[in-house]
Amino acid sequence: MPKRGTPPLQGEVLQGTLDLLILRTLVTGPAHGHTIAYAIERRSEDVLQVQHGSLFPALHRLEDRGWIASFWGTSENNRKARYYRLTPAGKKQLHEQTGRWDQLVQAIGRVLRPAED
Amino acid sequence: MGWSRYFHRKRWDEERARELEAYLNAETLENIARGLSPGEARHAARRKLGDPILIREEIYRMNTLSMLDAVIQDLRHGIRLLRLNPGFTIVAILSLTLGIGANTAIFQLLDAVRLRTLPVRKPNELARIRIANQNDTPGISTGPQTDSTYPLWEQIREHQQAFSGLFAFGSDGSNLTTGGQVRSADMLWVSGDFFNVLGVVPALGTFFAATDDKPGCGAPGVVLSYAFWQREYGGDPAAIGKTITLDSHPFPVLGVSSPWFTGLQVGHGFDVAVPLCSAAILRPERLPRSDYWWLDIMGRRKPDWSVERASAHLAAISPAIFEATQPTGYSHDARKYLANKLQAVAADTGVSPLRERFSDSLLLLLATAGLVLLVACANLANLMLARATARERELAIRLAIGASRNRLFRQMLSESLLLAASGAIFGILLARALSSFLVSFLSGDGGRMLIDLTLDWRVTGFTAALAILTCALFGLTPALRATRTEPVSAMRAGGRGLTMSRDRFGFRRVLVISQIAVSLALLVGGLLFSRSLRNLLNVDTGFRPQNVLIANVNWAALHITDHDLLDRLRAVQGVDAASSATIVPLNGSSWTMGVRFDNGGHGPSKFSWISPAYFKTLGTPLMEGRDFDDRDTATSQKVAIVNQDFARRYLGTADPIGKTFRTEMEPGYPETLYTVVGLVRNTHYGSLWEKQLPICFAVDTQYPKAGTSHANILIHTSAPVPDALSQVKQAISDLNPAITFDLYPMEPQIEASLIGERLMAALSAFFGGLAFLLATVGLYGVISYMVAQRRNEIGIRMALGADRLGVVAMILREAGGLLLAGVPIGIIVALMAGRAARSMLFGLQPNDPLTIATAVVALGVVAISASYIPARRAARLDPMAALREE
Repeated sequence: MPKRGTPPLQGEVLQGTLDLLILRTLVTGPAHGHTIAYAIERRSEDVLQVQHGSLFPALHRLEDRGWIASFWGTSENNRKARYYRLTPAGKKQLHEQTGRWDQLVQAIGRVLRPAED
Repeated sequence: MGWSRYFHRKRWDEERARELEAYLNAETLENIARGLSPGEARHAARRKLGDPILIREEIYRMNTLSMLDAVIQDLRHGIRLLRLNPGFTIVAILSLTLGIGANTAIFQLLDAVRLRTLPVRKPNELARIRIANQNDTPGISTGPQTDSTYPLWEQIREHQQAFSGLFAFGSDGSNLTTGGQVRSADMLWVSGDFFNVLGVVPALGTFFAATDDKPGCGAPGVVLSYAFWQREYGGDPAAIGKTITLDSHPFPVLGVSSPWFTGLQVGHGFDVAVPLCSAAILRPERLPRSDYWWLDIMGRRKPDWSVERASAHLAAISPAIFEATQPTGYSHDARKYLANKLQAVAADTGVSPLRERFSDSLLLLLATAGLVLLVACANLANLMLARATARERELAIRLAIGASRNRLFRQMLSESLLLAASGAIFGILLARALSSFLVSFLSGDGGRMLIDLTLDWRVTGFTAALAILTCALFGLTPALRATRTEPVSAMRAGGRGLTMSRDRFGFRRVLVISQIAVSLALLVGGLLFSRSLRNLLNVDTGFRPQNVLIANVNWAALHITDHDLLDRLRAVQGVDAASSATIVPLNGSSWTMGVRFDNGGHGPSKFSWISPAYFKTLGTPLMEGRDFDDRDTATSQKVAIVNQDFARRYLGTADPIGKTFRTEMEPGYPETLYTVVGLVRNTHYGSLWEKQLPICFAVDTQYPKAGTSHANILIHTSAPVPDALSQVKQAISDLNPAITFDLYPMEPQIEASLIGERLMAALSAFFGGLAFLLATVGLYGVISYMVAQRRNEIGIRMALGADRLGVVAMILREAGGLLLAGVPIGIIVALMAGRAARSMLFGLQPNDPLTIATAVVALGVVAISASYIPARRAARLDPMAALREE
């Protein structure tokens, strides 16, 4: 069966990091999809443009792995919205992945700027 | 990915839809706050998010097990297609049900009597001790398989080293008295170690130990079978310690055996197990005799002793053992007896006369049922092919727009899988009914037949394998052919061709030809067995069993003689003759003695001691001389009446009156000089199957063992049998109510001896008919299909002036061609298969030309009639309509 209409993502690195960003966003407390998308943009000072459509499959994937949990709540506009919160497994995952990300950044940094040694 | 997700995909999707909607609302509100108009705000929100449907689809796919999903889709598709064609579906499932059901039922029986191991500890260690080629063992035998006498058992037990444990057993009947009522009970003689060596534990109470089983033990006690305990005592634990009376001797009940142990003989359970030593009081004549064969011996092999090694060991110790147990009082059998050899045979499946009696028939029936299933499969393959051809265009289009061949193939196969699975399920249900019917059929009215018909893994596995095999047989080829088509050629050809292409049709012809061949062979088989049964039923037995009653009477300890009894019975209204006989004809019992003649000739002859009027009772004509009468007493000259075969074979004359011969000495039967006083027609003696045998009748007053207290009495009555039964019963009870007896009409008894033959005839005829029907349907289908495919051609032919008769002839020629190809193959198959059945046929050869001709003619007539229907349809075709359709 042909693959259809997967929304284009901005490269593999971003897809992997999107999970990390979502988890990090939820550290401050439960949030719904719309808030999460804007929170990521805002915290990166608009450098990272999240494709909002790709956020939801990512949320689904994370929930499926048990790293986040969801519930229906009322939004700031008094509307029904699906909220996500971090689970203990998610916290652990965030911790591990942040560590790995830091290593990756340092390693890449060392490769890109060897002169500084 | 969890399974729960998978099954809740629908609900999840709705959740996601609501979530996305919530996002859009939030974004729209924010856009309005930024100053956009409501309509624009919504558009902008949609742009930001992307297509919600695509997002949902992506999430949906994340929840999918794609393989499983495809399979479920295929199955659904299959169910839908099958429901669209209820006629096809019903025919297909029905024929598979019949095919699979018949196979499973017969396999189940075969499994029960042949394959299942005994429910005891490590049955594969068990071995039975037999006498190799047992034929030189003089004396009396209680059954067709008994291999040991008591002295022989003692010798073997003392001298063998191959077995860690050994036991002897034998089945017997006894009169059981409970509360003044007398009934027969199945008794199992067992040596002391029986239960211990088998590893069977008591469900209740205890078993006797080896130490209980020694000479002079008297009546230490009996062990009840679980079924008997349930039946007689309602499963009451208080049964232990109660007394049970066997043949007038009281025995304490020691224990009850475990529920699943029903004895070592397949199909025959036991009621009470009695230690061998008690034979001293119940069957005193048996223990000391070296010529009384009533026991079987089994043992548990020592760990490092293979069956072969055990056999070799037994053969080595045989001479000494037979030397020590040589029966005395026989005149010439001595050396032959000493030459016997013991051997060990694996006994993990128990012993079974049933197996010996029915397993050949069952194997043959299984093969037959398998062929029927094959014919059914061929039929289905044919139907599936026809359907695939009809769907050729659809498949071509689907291939053209990108469906994968793999997927289409799976789809077509799943349809056959569905059919095969349904057939298997219904088949198992049918098999359960069929096999219990078969068991009740085989047990007849008389005996109980204890066969375990629970569905075990072997039967279930067999059915599953059948289903998979049939599915592959009838589904694979059509699926392969349908998906192998090039879309372009299929679409070009679809509907446009004037005549059909030979190549696509060829396979279907091969199928029909093989169906015709197989069904012809099965039809021949069915006819052969039916005719064989008819021959047996029409055998001239030399006597007239109609209106003859048989009474097995026992008057132990009552002061009565058989003459009192006969006199009393002759007085019953309607009784015109009554007589006693040591052997009741055709009930399987037999008494053979050696006879010697003055001219030095000698040979075996069947014997029966009868009272006067025996021949009158059975309506056997006396050809020469006289019947026995009051002149023949214990002290008068010993007289005999012989049959024609005896006279011809031994005396070389048709007029043997006055000739003399001597019987050879046997224990209890001294050598006796007999004078022939009468000649009777040949009669059957032990079974309907036997050829003519020399028979000698002697008079009961001269029976060497006087003072017996039981007799077989034959009564001929002119009254209706049911009335006569009750009157005779009354008369015997009137004489003395303490007489125990068993009364039954002779004719049904003889018919019951043909159970196996009846089963073969009924089932093989049924299978033959079924295959025949399936083949006819197959032929009809192929011809109809051909007519449909050639509509154009036929239309053109008719438009060009072909007459209707010509069209019919053309179609019938086609059918005739298929028949002509199938029939010779069928005859060859029938002839080859017939060799296997030769020994089961009576009065005709497997290559009986009349039978084969009948089958061929029947098949030909029906097949041509079946093809005539589509042929006539073709002839009625309106040429214009047929041509316009294009």
